Amino acid sequence: MSTTNDGGWNPYVAGALVGVLAILSVGLTGQFLGASTTFVRMAAAITQWIAPAQAEANEYFQRVGPRLDWQGMVLIGILLGAALAAWHDRSFKVEAVPPMWAERFGTNLWRRGAVAFVGGIFAMFGARLADGCPSGHGLSGLMQLSVSGFISLAGFFAGGLVVANLVYRRKTQ
Amino acid sequence: MNLLWGLLTGIVFGFLLQKGRVLRYEKQLGALRLQDMTIIKFMMSGILVGMVGIYALNAFGQDALNLKATILGANVIGGLLFGIGWGLYGLCPGTAIGALGEGRWHALFGIVGMWVGAALFAALYPWLTETVMTWGDFGKITLPGILGISPWIVIVVMLVAVVALFRWFEKIKI
Repeated sequence: MSTTNDGGWNPYVAGALVGVLAILSVGLTGQFLGASTTFVRMAAAITQWIAPAQAEANEYFQRVGPRLDWQGMVLIGILLGAALAAWHDRSFKVEAVPPMWAERFGTNLWRRGAVAFVGGIFAMFGARLADGCPSGHGLSGLMQLSVSGFISLAGFFAGGLVVANLVYRRKTQ
Repeated sequence: MNLLWGLLTGIVFGFLLQKGRVLRYEKQLGALRLQDMTIIKFMMSGILVGMVGIYALNAFGQDALNLKATILGANVIGGLLFGIGWGLYGLCPGTAIGALGEGRWHALFGIVGMWVGAALFAALYPWLTETVMTWGDFGKITLPGILGISPWIVIVVMLVAVVALFRWFEKIKI
C-alpha cells in the first residue's frame, strides 16, 4: 500500500474502503453512516442531569432522547478504531494545540480552546438545522444522490472556506 | 445485535479515518485553505464507491435509500452555519471523536461546544420548525429524480467529473 509522507494510507484507498464499509452497512443492516444526532442525545442526557424539568418539557429532546443507539455505538467505535490505528503505526500523540494553529497564534491553550468551543456551537447548531453533518449529508447523502446532501455539503464548504481564510488571512502591511 | 453492528462499523470507520489522516485539524483546515485536499480525496472516494454500491443494491431489489428531506432554508442556512463553525473548530462531529482517539485532546473544547450547540438548537426548535424549517420544503428528492433521468447517468457523470478533479489535484500537488 502506498503511503503518504506522514505515514498514512493513500487517502483514495482509505476513502474507497469507507465506501465499501457503507455499502456493507446498508446491505446488511440498512444503516447509513452519520454522527451528529448522537451529540443531541448526549446534550439531552446532560440537560436531563442539570435541568430535568427543561429536558422533560423540550419537544426536540423528547424526539431525540438520551438513548444509546446504533449511531452512538458507531461513535464509540470511531474512538476505539482511531486509537487502534494510531497505536498500530505509532502516530498517537498527546496534543493540546494543533500545530498549524500554534504556528500562527501561539500555544495558549485557552485561546485555542475558546475558538474551538465557539466553533463547536455553530457547527452543531448548523448540523442539526441542516439535518446532517459531513457524514450524514456528505458521505451518506451524496452516495444516495440526495439533493439535500449536495446543497448542505456546498453550504459546509462555502461557510468553511470563508471563515478559514479569514482566520488565516495574510497580514496586510 | 444492532448495537454490536454499530460498534463494529464504528471501529472500522475510525480505523480508516485515522489511517487516511483525516482526523487532524491540519488536514481539515488544509482543505478549507485550498492547500491540502486529503479530506476531499478521502470523502469523494468513499462517495464514488458508495453510490455505485447503494444504487446496485437498489437495482437488485433492496429498498436501500434512506433520504433526508430537502428543505432549502434549513439546508442552506444550517449548512452555512455548520461551515462557519467548522472553519473555527477544524473538526466535524465524527472526526472530533476520532481525533480524541488518536490523542488530540484539544478536540474536547469543540465537543463541549457541540453539546451547547445541540441544546441551543433544542431550545429554539419550536420556533425553527415554524420558520426556517418550512422554507422551500421539497421533501425527499434525489438529483436523478428531479432531472427525470436514470441514476446511472448521474453516477457516470459524477465518476468522470470527480476523477478529473482528482487528476487536477495530483497535477497541481494539493
